[in-house]
Amino acid sequence: MPAKIAYADVEAGTELPPCTFPVDRERLVRYAGASGDFNPIHWNERFAKEVGLPDVIAHGMFTMAEAIRVVTDWTGDPAAVVEYGVRFTRPVVVPDDDKGAEIEVSGKVAAKLDDEARTVRVDLTVMSAGQKVLGMSRAVVRLA
Amino acid sequence: MALDQSFVGRSYPPTRPYEVGREKIREFAEAIGEDNPAYTDPEAAGALGHPDVIAPPTFIFAITFRAARQVTEDPQLGLDYDRVVHGDQKFVHVRPVRPGDRLSVSTTIEAIKSMAGNDILDVRGDVHDESGELVVTAYTKLVARAPEVESPTPATTGG
Repeated sequence: MPAKIAYADVEAGTELPPCTFPVDRERLVRYAGASGDFNPIHWNERFAKEVGLPDVIAHGMFTMAEAIRVVTDWTGDPAAVVEYGVRFTRPVVVPDDDKGAEIEVSGKVAAKLDDEARTVRVDLTVMSAGQKVLGMSRAVVRLA
Repeated sequence: MALDQSFVGRSYPPTRPYEVGREKIREFAEAIGEDNPAYTDPEAAGALGHPDVIAPPTFIFAITFRAARQVTEDPQLGLDYDRVVHGDQKFVHVRPVRPGDRLSVSTTIEAIKSMAGNDILDVRGDVHDESGELVVTAYTKLVARAPEVESPTPATTGG
């Protein structure tokens, strides 16, 4: 399957174009509906505070879905993502104002894994409000 | 109370097939703010070599997490789900998920650990299509926090 980034054209250290993804309450409600995850900590401020959170937080899986877009935007073909894993280290807090929150994602090629399979490991850095929200965020990506 | 180690290796019966809908993929793609046409336009997906549109890389979680309820709601295991947060998540894709796929999840408990009073559960969901071919495997780490520890900010939950 073609991807627009050629294996031969990247090396360890190659940076992917970074991207910032906005997230507000409306987006969390949409994600809840689309994913079937209706945990009230993702839409009910009263409930979130009762369980000790500062405010409503984004679904960890929403943040995970946004972060990999830096890779799929880079390759063009989302199927280039062979493996993708993250650790949920901090919540993305989403206040009920006009702005919401932002998820800032950057990525770089950490290593070329397999010349035959044309796979590389991409490490992602995922931040919100100045703090890392995902750890060990890594993808194995098959290039053209 | 630490979870029973004898549950390590336990497999649960495959779930009833979930049929992937074209419009469900579109809804999910729109919900994450995606405009990659590979998720919605068969021609664009075809230009990338796919027989039909494909689902985003994390789409399958909605299905595997539902299947993991066999573990989290297993009365014999006795996990206190109110204390559970989603620790890690990983997907290993064999091929992309497509509309019309009838997917069944076989869930296995891979590991149970106890650390600082927290129970850590590694659950693997193998997703097969109707012909029995493996499509994707989801690895989910669940952390059941110690009841007496007051944690100000639970990591987050995926479900």
